[in-house]
Amino acid sequence: MSPDPAHDRTVGRGAGQAAYPPVQVTSPTFVGMPKFPKAARAELANAQQRRNLRHATHTIRDKRAHVVAEVDDWEALRVKGADAKDEALTHLADYLERLEESLTANGAVVHWARDAAEANRIVVDIVRAKEVDEVVKVKSMVTQEIELNEALEAAGVSAWETDLAELIVQLGHDRPSHILVPAIHRNRKEIRDIFLREMGAVGRPAPDDLTDDPARLAEAARLHLREKFLRAKVGISGANFAVADSGTLVVVESEGNGRMCLTLPETLISVVGIEKVLPTWDDLTTMLQLLPRSSTGERMNPYTTMWTGVHEGDGPQEVHVVLLDNGRSHVLADRVGRQALRCIRCSACLNVCPVYERTGGHAYGSVYPGPIGAVLNPQLRGTTSDIDRSLPYASSLCGACFDACPVRINIPELLVELRGKVVEESGPTPESTAMKAAAWVLSDPRRLATAQKAATIAGRLAGGRTIRSVPGLGAWTNARDLPTPPRETFRQWWVREHGNEDA
Amino acid sequence: MSPASRGDGPRVALFATCFNDTMWPGTPKATVRLLERLGCRVEFPLQQTCCGQMLTNTGYAAEAVPLVRRFVEVFGDYDHVVAPSGSCVGSVREQHPMIAKDDAVLSSRVAEVAPRVLELSEFLVDVLGVTDVGAYFPHRVTYHPTCHSLRMIRVADRPLQLLRAVRGIDLVELAGAEECCGFGGTFAMKNADVSIAMGSDKARNVLDTGAEVLVAGDNSCLAHIGGILGRQRSGVRTMHLAEILASTEEHPA
Amino acid sequence: MSARDEILARVRDAVADVTTPPRAAETPTTEGAGAAGPAAGPAAGPARDATLELFAENVADYRATVLRATGEEVPAVLADVLAGLECRSLVVPSGLDPSWLSRLPDAVVRVPESEATSHGQLDDVDAVVTTATVGIAVTGTIVLDHAAGQGRRELTLVPDIHVCVVADRDVVPHVSDAVTRLRPSPGSARPLTWISGPSATSDIELQRVEGVHGPRTLVVVLVSEPTSKEGPGDAVPTRGGGH
Repeated sequence: MSPDPAHDRTVGRGAGQAAYPPVQVTSPTFVGMPKFPKAARAELANAQQRRNLRHATHTIRDKRAHVVAEVDDWEALRVKGADAKDEALTHLADYLERLEESLTANGAVVHWARDAAEANRIVVDIVRAKEVDEVVKVKSMVTQEIELNEALEAAGVSAWETDLAELIVQLGHDRPSHILVPAIHRNRKEIRDIFLREMGAVGRPAPDDLTDDPARLAEAARLHLREKFLRAKVGISGANFAVADSGTLVVVESEGNGRMCLTLPETLISVVGIEKVLPTWDDLTTMLQLLPRSSTGERMNPYTTMWTGVHEGDGPQEVHVVLLDNGRSHVLADRVGRQALRCIRCSACLNVCPVYERTGGHAYGSVYPGPIGAVLNPQLRGTTSDIDRSLPYASSLCGACFDACPVRINIPELLVELRGKVVEESGPTPESTAMKAAAWVLSDPRRLATAQKAATIAGRLAGGRTIRSVPGLGAWTNARDLPTPPRETFRQWWVREHGNEDA
Repeated sequence: MSPASRGDGPRVALFATCFNDTMWPGTPKATVRLLERLGCRVEFPLQQTCCGQMLTNTGYAAEAVPLVRRFVEVFGDYDHVVAPSGSCVGSVREQHPMIAKDDAVLSSRVAEVAPRVLELSEFLVDVLGVTDVGAYFPHRVTYHPTCHSLRMIRVADRPLQLLRAVRGIDLVELAGAEECCGFGGTFAMKNADVSIAMGSDKARNVLDTGAEVLVAGDNSCLAHIGGILGRQRSGVRTMHLAEILASTEEHPA
Repeated sequence: MSARDEILARVRDAVADVTTPPRAAETPTTEGAGAAGPAAGPAAGPARDATLELFAENVADYRATVLRATGEEVPAVLADVLAGLECRSLVVPSGLDPSWLSRLPDAVVRVPESEATSHGQLDDVDAVVTTATVGIAVTGTIVLDHAAGQGRRELTLVPDIHVCVVADRDVVPHVSDAVTRLRPSPGSARPLTWISGPSATSDIELQRVEGVHGPRTLVVVLVSEPTSKEGPGDAVPTRGGGH
């Protein structure tokens, strides 16, 4: 198709194409989420969660720093990782076609889904055709994004989450709060209570004498899930990487639940975001070094499974791959913003983020929390809701996320860009009036000097006293004293000392 | 004014930054005193205003364009522009190119000028080649490396090199030093609760050092941490790096 | 328009500003293949020793057990290991060198891969003994390509003990060496399982717990010389057959 010359930041559409919304439809779970500051205020008061998160984020942070320091030239590896993803993203159609070709040649069935509803329909139809009432699932961000479990449930199919943390979340009727460790907000006692209360209703109950020892809790999960693994006919997964030239899908995990779901069922359905494509097999060299070290802080994660379509006599003999857009093409059309699609969901940015560390993941109103969530959600869903408009501001722009990102996504830069977009779309507001006024004052030294007089008058009025409250500045003075303005600005002092002539 | 005010060292333009100019004049004054003591010829171009960081970071990059234009006009003729603020230097070096990207002429001016804009510790260590600036400050001090100094312009340990060489100083390490204090410009207002949660942790780490002075290269962050320390009646005072480096036996800070 | 065509049209349109051709179309991905292939055989020497040392160290770092043995010692080592783990039954992958299990007591039940046809059956077996196709020193990883001697994927997944015999010469220094060696051949790609220590979770308060769903015990036996001139993988007549 011919490129639209006017196209820059929006998705162009050729004539005659059926329209599908460029951005995601926000799922019912997150519709009506309050804006971030409000949600954060409630989370900040949760002392148990604050303690859990602080411990967890600092633990992974230190582990990551340790194994990253082991690598001779980590920076070069980051650059290679970013390049590989950029290559795939900037030629995405070519690589998607190549991937489809390789997958098909190896016996997989490839499906395409424009949005969440279409992906869910495809998966439900395959599952229905197998006449089963349950599936086992590998932890997957994309199936959370499209709320596949809810769609399966509506179709009368139980979807068993098999990652330990996802199991805790599912049994607790809870929401995940972290990309890598979704139950990071729960402590061992809470987990024990959930297991004792809920496991029996959906399968093998937890042992009566279950303690809150993590090893005992993991053992309970092993026993509970084992019967489900052994009998499941259909497995559902995402993929960490989809290699275009070989047709290989890769799932990186720790517990072995992934291997169970990818190996034991007769039918495997993998839902894969279109941004997961890697151009070549060799790109795995880079990614398999970047991901584990950034994610769990290990040299290598315990288990990685790679499969290339159907392997005769080994594993699922019916293999489906659903390639999903769901707003990604919209993000891709933004020349600056598209770098966010490099994300490999390692969660390093969450673990170093001082905001995430204190609020946890739920305040972000999405399955993608933390710094990358503050970028991706408004990109994928647009900025029409309270939560999505507030997310670009849920950062002090401290830059720790950019330093930690294995594929060099400049998250602070993207947040600033998105703030600009929010402002642009919001029209005139008291803030925009104030900012425009500030810009007017700051664009001229005489105007600035006049405005500064107000400050020095306040300084003279305050004398040496500390300012503890100023009407309209409650957001500052609720917990902080204000600096006392000086009696004389630097500019006034300079002129007094050196005269008025410009340098 | 000290007699050394017209030294034979490099000619330096002071970019005071609007925040320091208005609220913390002691910092640019200390910067002038220090640079002149080291032989620099310091000039303060009166046409300067602001780097536009607050506008850019709040989503008003378009409104910041005139400020960028003014900045390159005012400072374009200097080989050295020095500012006592890691954050504002970061704004000039990292954000001005982004703001100017749609204007080819402005963009090329920014590309020439921005790299010549240095944060005080960068200028002292890299250009003047000094770490011992002859300062004297007999107090227990802890240093907070502000985020933009650390991760945007990467001053690394230059401020610590300078502080370690100060006579009489008792410099103590700050736990969690590299973590953000929670200021973040308008973040401090828009997400006041999270900002205060972060600031409280920073303040606790500062108090744990037993330091009487908290030093940093950005008065904005210091206003936030200091505001919390003040509200707690902690008795810890905040000082800009320039003020400690300018301090001598004859003119103690 | 089909979903496929519509998505492809959208992503093409989204990057209309990009004018460079795709890189993979220009450079065939055959470079490096065979450079570190099994046939090449890494040279002996101090660098080689350091690689093996690092491999052993990193495998042990995951709290897997690492044993070193010569080719002749393998049967005795396996008998010791399995006895120590109180193993009463094991599944035997097709193509595993039969001599390796020759020292096992007769009381230990041996289930040939071809007879282990159900998941439940595997669940009742204590252990599995396999080879690996490559070991990676820098990460302490073993990789199975599930060819002869390694079994179908479920064989090394369902039983609770996995004993893996790795030949010295199959240990490579870096992840890149392994990726190069493992490049799937068109039309006959193999499934791959990368294993770095026993299964583990840190999902509860970030406290590491070893052993969740995969084998909770992993023993790696690093063999200092091939058991035959051709090596363990070639000591069997029907490579890849019987699956």
